[in-house]
Amino acid sequence: MIIQALSFYLFAFVAIAAAVMVISARNPVHSVLFLILAFFNAAGLFVLIGAEFIAMILIVVYVGAVAVLFLFVVMMLDISFSELRQGFLQYLPIGGLVGIVLLAELLMIGGSWVIAPVAEGAVRGFPAPPIDQVTNTHAIGKILYTDFIYLFQGAGMVLLVAMIGAIVLTLRSRPGVRKQKISDQINRRPEDAIEIKKVQSGSGI
Amino acid sequence: MLEIGLSHYLAVAAILFTLGIFGIFLNRKNVIIILMSVELILLAVNINLVAFSVHLQDLTGQIFAMFVLTVAAAEAAIGLAIIVVYFRNRGTIAVEDINLMKG
Repeated sequence: MIIQALSFYLFAFVAIAAAVMVISARNPVHSVLFLILAFFNAAGLFVLIGAEFIAMILIVVYVGAVAVLFLFVVMMLDISFSELRQGFLQYLPIGGLVGIVLLAELLMIGGSWVIAPVAEGAVRGFPAPPIDQVTNTHAIGKILYTDFIYLFQGAGMVLLVAMIGAIVLTLRSRPGVRKQKISDQINRRPEDAIEIKKVQSGSGI
Repeated sequence: MLEIGLSHYLAVAAILFTLGIFGIFLNRKNVIIILMSVELILLAVNINLVAFSVHLQDLTGQIFAMFVLTVAAAEAAIGLAIIVVYFRNRGTIAVEDINLMKG
């Protein structure tokens, strides 16, 4: 029990500290790296609470894909990021005010809500099976591919549309770029390329 | 204190959510940091969903967290693509300069 509590506080503290660094780091590359750290620790929290599948998906999707995408874009764009940081302190009071108000509201809700007694004993839509009989991943797979199949396919369509959209947005054909056209090269015949001229002796062409 | 319950996870999620909102306010000029703040907000939402899913012994919350993850990934891809195209056309990504439509 004490190990669980210690792990929770470790993961939670590091995740929050990393999130603070994400929004306050001077260099956006550092921001991306701290974002990765925050997601790693959130994945740790998920493992701790017993949702291993979501934790692994979080690591694969965020650390593997989204963070690398962010790194690519941050490093590809040639921007002076120090210019973008001007006015950082100017927005600090209003941002801090909004943040404090929001946090206070959220904590007030967190301190006062209760689960309705009706909901406590109600029949679950998809009750989680006991972990010693069916693993988390197995249980999710059992309902994801049956009851949620349409939503699952819909998520696939969302990703497909996002992929096509990103390609269409960033693809450009630059005029004036010489490219190798292999079909033209193969279709070239000797008659097209060379011309045989009879040269009279004693005179030029 | 040592008994980790639902409220601990909700507190972490609330703090992460607030930090995300705070980040949007703080980095008003840098779109990339704003996108990262949105990712933080979505992470906080996911923590809430999973914590409630485990607390209520209902797997629906974890399924929903996966869909939130899908949308977050799609949003990041499209957002970054838009930033790249914008930078190519204008040579800047400062939020103040993005005022063509004067919303």
